[in-house]
Amino acid sequence: MADTAIETAPPAAQFDPEMVRQVTKLPLVTNNRDFHWVTEKVSGIVEMKTPGWWWIAFFPAAVLAGCCIGGFVYLISTGVGVWGQNSPVMWAWDITNFVFWIGIGHAGTLISAILFLTRQKWRTSINRAAEAMTLFAVICAGLYPGLHVGRLWMAWYLVPVGNANAIWQNFRSPLLWDVFAVGTYFTVSVIFWYVGLIPDLATIRDRATNKVKKFIYALLALGWRGGNRHWRNYEKAYLILAGISTPLVLSVHTIVSFDFATSIVPGWHTTIFPPYFVAGAIFGGFAMVLTLMLPARHLLGLQDLVTKKHVDVMTKIILLTGSIVGYAYIMEFFIAWYSQNPFEQWAFLRNRVSAPFTKWMFDVPNAPYWWAYWAMMSCNVISPQVFWFRYCRQNLWIVFTICMCVNAGMWFERFVIIVTSIANDFLPGSWGMYAPTWVDIITFTGSFGLFLSLFLLFCRFLPMIAMSEVKGVLPAADPHFHPPGHDAPGGDDHSTGLGAGVRMITPAPSTGH
Amino acid sequence: MANIFPKWTNHLPIQILVAGGVLFISVIAGMTYYFTPKYTRVGYQPVQPVPFSHSIHVNQLGLDCRYCHSQVENAAHSNLPTTQTCMNCHSQIKLNSPRLATVRDSWKTGQPIAWVRIHEAPDYVYFNHSAHVNRGVSCVSCHGQINNMAVVWHHEPQSMDWCLTCHRAPENHLRPVNQVTNLNWKPEDEGPGKDGKLRTQQEIGEQLKVAWNVNPPVTCAGCHR
Repeated sequence: MADTAIETAPPAAQFDPEMVRQVTKLPLVTNNRDFHWVTEKVSGIVEMKTPGWWWIAFFPAAVLAGCCIGGFVYLISTGVGVWGQNSPVMWAWDITNFVFWIGIGHAGTLISAILFLTRQKWRTSINRAAEAMTLFAVICAGLYPGLHVGRLWMAWYLVPVGNANAIWQNFRSPLLWDVFAVGTYFTVSVIFWYVGLIPDLATIRDRATNKVKKFIYALLALGWRGGNRHWRNYEKAYLILAGISTPLVLSVHTIVSFDFATSIVPGWHTTIFPPYFVAGAIFGGFAMVLTLMLPARHLLGLQDLVTKKHVDVMTKIILLTGSIVGYAYIMEFFIAWYSQNPFEQWAFLRNRVSAPFTKWMFDVPNAPYWWAYWAMMSCNVISPQVFWFRYCRQNLWIVFTICMCVNAGMWFERFVIIVTSIANDFLPGSWGMYAPTWVDIITFTGSFGLFLSLFLLFCRFLPMIAMSEVKGVLPAADPHFHPPGHDAPGGDDHSTGLGAGVRMITPAPSTGH
Repeated sequence: MANIFPKWTNHLPIQILVAGGVLFISVIAGMTYYFTPKYTRVGYQPVQPVPFSHSIHVNQLGLDCRYCHSQVENAAHSNLPTTQTCMNCHSQIKLNSPRLATVRDSWKTGQPIAWVRIHEAPDYVYFNHSAHVNRGVSCVSCHGQINNMAVVWHHEPQSMDWCLTCHRAPENHLRPVNQVTNLNWKPEDEGPGKDGKLRTQQEIGEQLKVAWNVNPPVTCAGCHR
């Protein structure tokens, strides 16, 4: 037990160097960085000359985003038939992409809201970027159902406003509640993100050397002066918004799952869907946070702020949620057998599971989509199991590779749920296979370009780490903090940023890096 | 630190808010008024190839609607009269009128007159004239007082809202079937009821609704088949 080890550590007067090494490893900001360093580091990213790698990353991302927009323009001007879906597969890549992107957003909200309310201080150095990721993911997600309606100019029918038809939307339909859920989610996430940004925007404003920049950041900072009253109001607003966002972490993907679960299609009509979807969303979301943060951390030199400890915690969450998702997959399969419903059994065994390598177990023909099912299984359930080992959680290449697997696996999960269920349902006479068209392919791959372009712009123009919050978890923010070298009696409390239970033995000045 | 914004900008947020609110309400109000069939359709009065006056033919001469629109009771579509129908009379009256030149040309060549269509239901709407006129919905309910129009114009919005208003409360428009083509009919014309008082449209409509089991569809598939 790490905590006990620290609690019972010998007084600082007679510390042993090994103990100091272990303890100084724990802080949330490594290398004893101070307030000034945090400001310089994070503001510096916004203020520096655009680095070469940024252009190398941004240019292809922007081209890809352009392809996505071009595909959408072609779709709107020609008709929704340029996508590959047709009877019987009426929901295909578009809805798959929608659920994929909306799920990714969930990690940002979980980090910003639930981890805030539960006082998880490690959230501070990743919450800003994760929230930005949420917003960009929801933007990507929102494109697909909007275009899926076919006539984009009629998309306002999704909103219950007065119209010349004297009809209302079907309030019993989960599709309508999906619109509400996603709309609320996006609005609250934007406000939450922006409120959190205000103190940092003021910092950038105060440091700005150029008149135009000063004007823009001053406009965005809403006149923040950092006074006591400002902070009191800010903290209250932030707490309230965290409270509002917390149920959204659970509700949004629950309602997305209702889009399927309330139907009668075998493979969709499943009561396990809401918790299974929420766990999957958090799972996929954390994988995407790591996918973005690992390169960003390296390229921007944020190793002291986004430490291996952060990576470790996030991989543990991936392991947990990945195992929940794996349980759900197996439970669905079990229920198909246990219910003895032939259609349900067909959906799972004959559409999804039965593969060349399961012949020894199920002697039935190969399922038409077995490759998608097994891609999902291996990426989502098997691959994250390596995170049981500390070595795999600490090796960033392994972490990155597994996160890429999870990203792919979560897309396949939605594809498997949506397409395999409706391709072959009740009537063999209406069975069919689905194949994407080139428009499907560019509107999907292009959404990654859009997502990355937005994220790169965010990194370049906004403080991507919450400076004020990170400073709050530095040891120096603790009122009982004694700077090293001052009178530091062994019995005093020293914050490690890990809460009251963990005390830090003041490192001797000579051991500081 | 010097002020970045001058003092007058203190009032800017509230001004932007008020201006934005006014703009928002104006846009909504403008769209509600100008973007709905009440505005976009009502009053449409194209110039027809023949200056045919419904007012002269119905009010002065007393022609019934069904003399020209002869299939309205039997068919989904209410037909426009053929040139032959016009020539039933105009082979004998106003033989040389310049206003009838197009009709005579049509009669000689066999090319139908290209009347300009005014009322047009979208192709995704199934509308049946015979179902309506045989259950006491008068021409006037959907087309206005055509009998008073020298040149016909679009009198009702014929939006989905407008259709549903009647489908949800048909008693406001039902009348005895023999009065369907009498565009001047009023509920008072039915005379007093058993209690000696004049009956209202609602009373007549309710009675007819029950008598004929009028139960108009309000589900999507009623009209969008």
